[in-house]
Amino acid sequence: MRRVLRYLRLFWVQLRSSLLLALQYRWDFLTDGTINVFYAATAVAPLLVIFSGRDSIAGWTFPEALLVSGWFIMLDAIIDGAISPSLLSVVDHIRQGTLDFVLLKPADAQFLVSTQRFHPWKLTNTAGALAVFVYSFQKMHRAPELVGVLTSVGLLAVSITLLYSLWILTVSAAFYVVKVDNLSYLFTSIFDAARWPATVFRGAVRFLFTFVIPLALMTTYPAEALLGRLETSTVLFSMLGTAAFAAFARLVWLRSIARYTSASG
Amino acid sequence: MSLRTTARALPAMMKVGFAEAVAYRAEMLVWMLSTTMPLVMLSLWNAVAADAPVGRFGQAEFTTYYLLMFICRQLTGAWAAWQMNYEVRTGALSRRLLKPISPIATYAVENLAALPLRSLVAVPMAVIALFAIAKGTLASDGRYWALVPLALAGGWMITFLINIAIGALSLYMESSLKIMEVYFTLFAVFSGYLIPVELFPPFLRAAVEWLPFRFQVGLPVELVTNAHSFPEALRLVGVQWAWVVGLGVGTAALWKNGLKRYAAYGG
Repeated sequence: MRRVLRYLRLFWVQLRSSLLLALQYRWDFLTDGTINVFYAATAVAPLLVIFSGRDSIAGWTFPEALLVSGWFIMLDAIIDGAISPSLLSVVDHIRQGTLDFVLLKPADAQFLVSTQRFHPWKLTNTAGALAVFVYSFQKMHRAPELVGVLTSVGLLAVSITLLYSLWILTVSAAFYVVKVDNLSYLFTSIFDAARWPATVFRGAVRFLFTFVIPLALMTTYPAEALLGRLETSTVLFSMLGTAAFAAFARLVWLRSIARYTSASG
Repeated sequence: MSLRTTARALPAMMKVGFAEAVAYRAEMLVWMLSTTMPLVMLSLWNAVAADAPVGRFGQAEFTTYYLLMFICRQLTGAWAAWQMNYEVRTGALSRRLLKPISPIATYAVENLAALPLRSLVAVPMAVIALFAIAKGTLASDGRYWALVPLALAGGWMITFLINIAIGALSLYMESSLKIMEVYFTLFAVFSGYLIPVELFPPFLRAAVEWLPFRFQVGLPVELVTNAHSFPEALRLVGVQWAWVVGLGVGTAALWKNGLKRYAAYGG
């Protein structure tokens, strides 16, 4: 219990320094905000093209598919605001050898590197996602049920854990191949596929996005939960799978960090 | 910095660039994996076109389009903006400036030298696409094919010049990576990379005509998939090269002025 409290306090310390930094760069609020609106627009534009001239694709109507895009915008904001900034700086640490300083501190290294940097302004786009949800339900002329909302919020937590674990795996790769500036680029470009309902895909791609890189779980399931058509067993399996995956990522991280030999320094 | 010294140094620079590409082959593989978006889009459109074709596009047309798009992206890739941002921030640009050759030429060579290795992956795919799947959906008129090298060269030039322009902006501001992100999003939507340009609704279509993006990767693919009549194709290639010239002039000015502000931190 004391351990948990200690880490909570540490988390707050780390978060506060990021917040202070963000306040220093107040203007970023405007630029990031503008860019966010623009991103949201470009996330929706392809949907407009695909749905022009037809009502539904693979069982998804336009407002329903819009919900998936909404979750995509939401998770994208969370990745950019809370997950990738910290982990990207790990890559720099590894290359320059400054990871030593992190490892010397008397706290868990994974915790420290994962919380070292937040970009609060980027998180503003979660509001954009909420706006998309509202618009989409307005188009469907109904409101989501409470159970659906709660399930989708639960799935959001699952998705965040999953994304975080994927990031930890990506960063672990940096211990082996060092020059991985473009890994984040790879990550975003794969994640980009999450803006589409996963059930639209067929064959190998569908398998890939359901089991290997579970994009389906991240955006499609929460959208289906909001629509009230997600089965409880799917939710349970998602949770179990994610827990296993997170444990696996932790193991890989521990193994990788054991290989760290410190560069130049 | 005369043209002659540059030409003389070119073969050696190419060799170094190629060796570097081989040394960082894992990185290149990662980069190539990150350009597989057209294949995802292909899977998506196949589902859409399963019931009824979309405009001119049935499943076969989509397959051809996106396979060619994947290849085209490999052949017109440039990433100088990232290099420049990094080098301006760390001061590594100084080393480049010391060389008796324009840094822009060295960036160009480094980016181009990666092409052989990339083609190694792209060309087998091209062969499969052309002979197995794409029969009947490709242009049979040789004149279109004759335009392809020109269109590809133009496409690469535009991509490279935009990269240099954005990279040069990092001389004016701390980092232009955010602009790069915005550029890439615009590129993905308006170039035909994600969605064939001709499927756009009219109001977006007008935007496409006035933006450089479709000339980067869209045009070469359109040329060989019967998207345009020949005079129209000629006109588009003309517009493409007008973009190359315009961007060339603008970028050169941006770079020259920006360099005066370069402070060479770190170093």
